Amino acid sequence: MTYEFLQHYWCFIVSLLGAILVFLLFVQGANSVASSLGGTEEGKRLVYNSTGRKWEFTFTTLVTFGGAFFASFPLFYSTSFGGAYWLWMLILFTFVLQAVSYEFQNKIGNFLGPKTFQFFLTLNGIVGPLLLGGAVATFFEGSNFIIEKNNLVDLEALTPIISRWANAAHGLDALLNPWVLVFGFAVVFLARVLGILYVMNNVNDEDIRSRGRARLIGAAVPFVILFVAYLVHLLLKDGFAVDEFGRIYMEPNKYLNNFISMWYLLVVLLIGIILVLYGIAMEIVNGKSSNCKSLGIWPAGIGTVLTVLALLLCSAWNNTAYYPSTADLQSSLTIENSCSSEFTLTTMFYVSLLVPFVLAYIVYAWRAIDAKKLDKDEIRNDHAY
Amino acid sequence: MINNLFLNIDAGTIDWSRAQFALTAIYHWLFVPLTLGLAVIMGIVETKYYRTKDEFWKTAAKFWQKLFGVNFAMGVATGIILEFEFGTNWSNYSWFVGDIFGAPLAIEGIVAFFMESTFVAVMFFGWKKVSPGFHLASTWLTGIGATISAWWILVANAWMQYPVGCEFNPDTMRNEMVSFAEVALSPFAIDKFCHTVISSWIIGAIFCVAVCCWYLMKNRDTKLATESMKIGVWVGLVAALLAGATGHKSAQSVGEVQPMKLAAMEALYNGGTDQGLTAIAWVNPFCQPDYAKEESAPLKLEIPYALSFMATNDIHGYVPGINDILNGYTKPDGTVEPSIDEKIARGKKAIEALSIYRQAKFNSSDDGSTAAYQLGILKENMKYFGYGYIKDKNDIVPYIPINFWAFRIMVGLGCVFILYFLVMLLLIYDIPFLSVFTRRLLASVGLLPETMADAPRRLTGLPSWHYWTAIILVPLAYIASECGWLVAEFGRQPWTIQDMLPTWAAVSDLNAGSVALTFFLFLILFTTMLAVEISILLKQIQKGPEL
Repeated sequence: MTYEFLQHYWCFIVSLLGAILVFLLFVQGANSVASSLGGTEEGKRLVYNSTGRKWEFTFTTLVTFGGAFFASFPLFYSTSFGGAYWLWMLILFTFVLQAVSYEFQNKIGNFLGPKTFQFFLTLNGIVGPLLLGGAVATFFEGSNFIIEKNNLVDLEALTPIISRWANAAHGLDALLNPWVLVFGFAVVFLARVLGILYVMNNVNDEDIRSRGRARLIGAAVPFVILFVAYLVHLLLKDGFAVDEFGRIYMEPNKYLNNFISMWYLLVVLLIGIILVLYGIAMEIVNGKSSNCKSLGIWPAGIGTVLTVLALLLCSAWNNTAYYPSTADLQSSLTIENSCSSEFTLTTMFYVSLLVPFVLAYIVYAWRAIDAKKLDKDEIRNDHAY
Repeated sequence: MINNLFLNIDAGTIDWSRAQFALTAIYHWLFVPLTLGLAVIMGIVETKYYRTKDEFWKTAAKFWQKLFGVNFAMGVATGIILEFEFGTNWSNYSWFVGDIFGAPLAIEGIVAFFMESTFVAVMFFGWKKVSPGFHLASTWLTGIGATISAWWILVANAWMQYPVGCEFNPDTMRNEMVSFAEVALSPFAIDKFCHTVISSWIIGAIFCVAVCCWYLMKNRDTKLATESMKIGVWVGLVAALLAGATGHKSAQSVGEVQPMKLAAMEALYNGGTDQGLTAIAWVNPFCQPDYAKEESAPLKLEIPYALSFMATNDIHGYVPGINDILNGYTKPDGTVEPSIDEKIARGKKAIEALSIYRQAKFNSSDDGSTAAYQLGILKENMKYFGYGYIKDKNDIVPYIPINFWAFRIMVGLGCVFILYFLVMLLLIYDIPFLSVFTRRLLASVGLLPETMADAPRRLTGLPSWHYWTAIILVPLAYIASECGWLVAEFGRQPWTIQDMLPTWAAVSDLNAGSVALTFFLFLILFTTMLAVEISILLKQIQKGPEL
C-alpha cells in the first residue's frame, strides 16, 4: 500500500461515512414533518417511535464521521471545527437536543412537557440537515481561513496557533453565500423525502401512508429544483485545483472536468440520482394501491449514498483541494497536505477492515427489530417513546 | 505574519475554553458511570431471568433497563460535544497530535458506539421480537459496547497524561504515531481504564442499593428490592475493593510519570525518602500555598512511610516535592532531573532550532548543512519542547488545594463505600460469627434495635437511618467520582499533553466572548436536562416496576 493509495482510501471511507450520514438524516427529515405526517397525536407518536428506533445510528455515524476525519485528516478537523466554530456548535447543539428528546418527551416527570421536546425534534429536523448541508457545500464554495504552520515556532505570539479564521463570524459567514443555502435546503428537503419514505415503509398505518404520499410530492419538488440548480452551478463553476508542486489554482469547470476524468464517479452519480428519483416516483405512482408495500426508501436511500459519495469524492480526488480557502488560496486543504502519517493511515486501514463485520451485525439486528412493522398496538402495549 | 491581523486570542479564551471542556466533561461524567454500573446490574438480573425463566426477573430486568435508558440518552448527548470540542476549542492540539489522538476516537466510533447503539435498540424494543438468548446477548453487548468505548477514550486521555509511541516530525510540524501498540496498550491507559470503569460499577451498585432501600423503607416492592440489593451489594463490594487496588496502581503510575501531580495531590513541598502519606492537613482551599517558603502544609497528620509505599511500592522510596521538581533533583538511581528553568531554556532552544531548520529547509540556497545541524539541536532538546512555551517556572505548578482536597475526598469516600458494602453484606447474609458480630456491634452503639441483634437476616423493618444512609451515599458516590477526574485533570495543568503542549499553545483562534457564550448555553442546556432527567428518574422509581 502506497501513501497515496492510503490517502485516497481514507478519503473514500470518510466520504462514504458522510454519504451514509446524509442518508440517515431521514430521521431528522421525518421528525421535521411529524405533525403533518402523523395527523393525530397517536399518529405523531408513531412517527417519533419509528425514527426513535434509528436515531442512534444517525448520531453514531455523525460521531464516527468526526472521529474518522480526525484520525485521517487532522488538519481539516483542526481548521474547520476550530474555525467554523459557530456553524459546528449550532449543529452539535441541535443534535444534543435531539438525543434526549426521544427518551424524555413522554415520560412521567418531564416537567417541560412533551411539546418542548417535540419542538426540539422539529428544530433538529430542519436546522441539522440545513447546517450539515451547508458545511458540505463549503467543500466546493470555500471557507475563510488561513493556515500558517510556522506560527508554532513564533514565541512572541500570545498563542502559537496554526489555523485561523479570517472573519469574526466563525462559520456563519458561509450562510451568506446563496449557493451554500441552496445546497443546505436541498439536503433539508432530501432528508424530508427520505424521512417520509422511511416512515411509509416502517409504519403499518394506512392513514400515515396516504398522508405520506401527499407530503412526498411537496418535499420532492423543491428538492429536485434545488439539487438540479446546485448541480448545474457546480459543473459550471471554477474549482480549486492542485498542481504537481502542491500549489492551488483556480481551474475553470474543475468539477465538470473531474467527472469527465473520473468517469466512474459520473456513472455512480447518475445511478444515484436515477435511484433517488425512482424511489420517489415508485412511491407516488405505485403506492396508491393499498396492497403495495412501500419500498421507495431502498432505491432512494441507496441512491442518496451513491450521489453524495460521488459528490464528496469529486471534491477531493483528481488533484482537487477539498477544503478550499477563500482567504488565502495556498492555505487550502488537499488530501495530501492535510492527512495523517503513513503509519497512522496504515494502522487505521486495518481497523477499517472491521467495518463489514459492524455492518453485518447492524443489518442483522435491524432486520430482527423491523421484521414486524410498527403499529399502534405496539406503542400502546410495549416499550415506546 | 499575515494571520496575526486576525488574532483573536486573549487569556480569557484559554480560561473559557478550559471551563467549557471541564463543564462538558463533568456533566458527561455524571451519566457515564451510571451507564457503566447499571449495565452490570441489569446484565446480571437478565441473566437470572434467562437461567430461571422466572417472570419476576424479567420484570426486574425491565425496571433497571428503564432507569438505564433515561440516563443513557444524556450520556450520549454530552459525549458528542466532548469529541468535537477537541476540534472546536483545541484546534492547535488537534493538529499537533491529531495523528495519534484521532485514531482512538475513530476506533471508539467504529468498534464501540455502533455496538452500543445497535444493541441498545434491541434491548429496549426487542423483548417480543427476538429470542431470550439474543435479547440477553444484546443487553450484555450494550454494556460491553459502553465499556469498550470507555477503553478507547481512556486510551486517548492516558496518552495526554503520558505520551508514548510517537515522534515529532519537523517537516509536518506535528507529532506522529510510530507504535500503535504502545499507544493502545500503554500501562497508564490500562491503570486508568481499570480504576475508572471499576469505580463506575460502585456508582451503579450504590444507585441500585439506594433505590432498593427506598422501596424497603416504604415497605413496597420488597422482593425486587431485596433480590436486587443482593446483586448491588456484591457488585459494590467487589468493585470498591478492586477500585482500591487499581487506585494504588494508578498512584504509582502518576508517581512515575507525573511527579508534579502527585506532589500537588499530597501538598508535598519538599520531598525525600521515607515519606508519609498526609491523612489531613490545613491547605487553604481558596488560595495557592506558598510552597517556596513553607516547609510543609500546617497541621499535617500523616501515615508514616505510606506515601513512599504508594508511589514506589517501597516504604523507603524517594518522592520528589514541588520545590524539588522546580529546582531539579537527583533520583535514587543517580540520574539528574533538570530544574524547570533549565527545561524552559532547552525547550526554547528546541523551538528556535525548529524555526531555523524550517527556514533552511525551504531556502534553496542552503546546502542542507544548516538544516541538519539544527535538526540535531532539535532532537537533543525535543524532550523539553513543550517547556519552551512556559514563561515562568511556577506556571507548571497546578492549583494545589483542588488536587489535595479532591484526592482526600475520593480516597476517604472510597473507604466509606468499602465499609458500607461490607456491613450490608454481613446484614444480608448469615456469615458465621461475622454477621452476628456486626449486628451486635451495631446494636451496642444504638444503630440497630436490641431485638434485632440476634435476629436472622432481614432487610425490611430496619431503622430508617439504615435506608437513608444508602440514599445519601448516591450523591457522595458522584462526588467521589468527579473528584477522581478533578485530580486527573487539574493535576496535569498546565499541560494538555504532559511536557509537550501547554493549554495556551493548544487552544483555537476564538475570541473569549464566543466561547463564554457557548459555555453558558451548554451550562443552561445541561443543567435543565439534568433537572429533567432527575425528575423522570425519581418518578420512574416512584412508579416502580410494572408487574
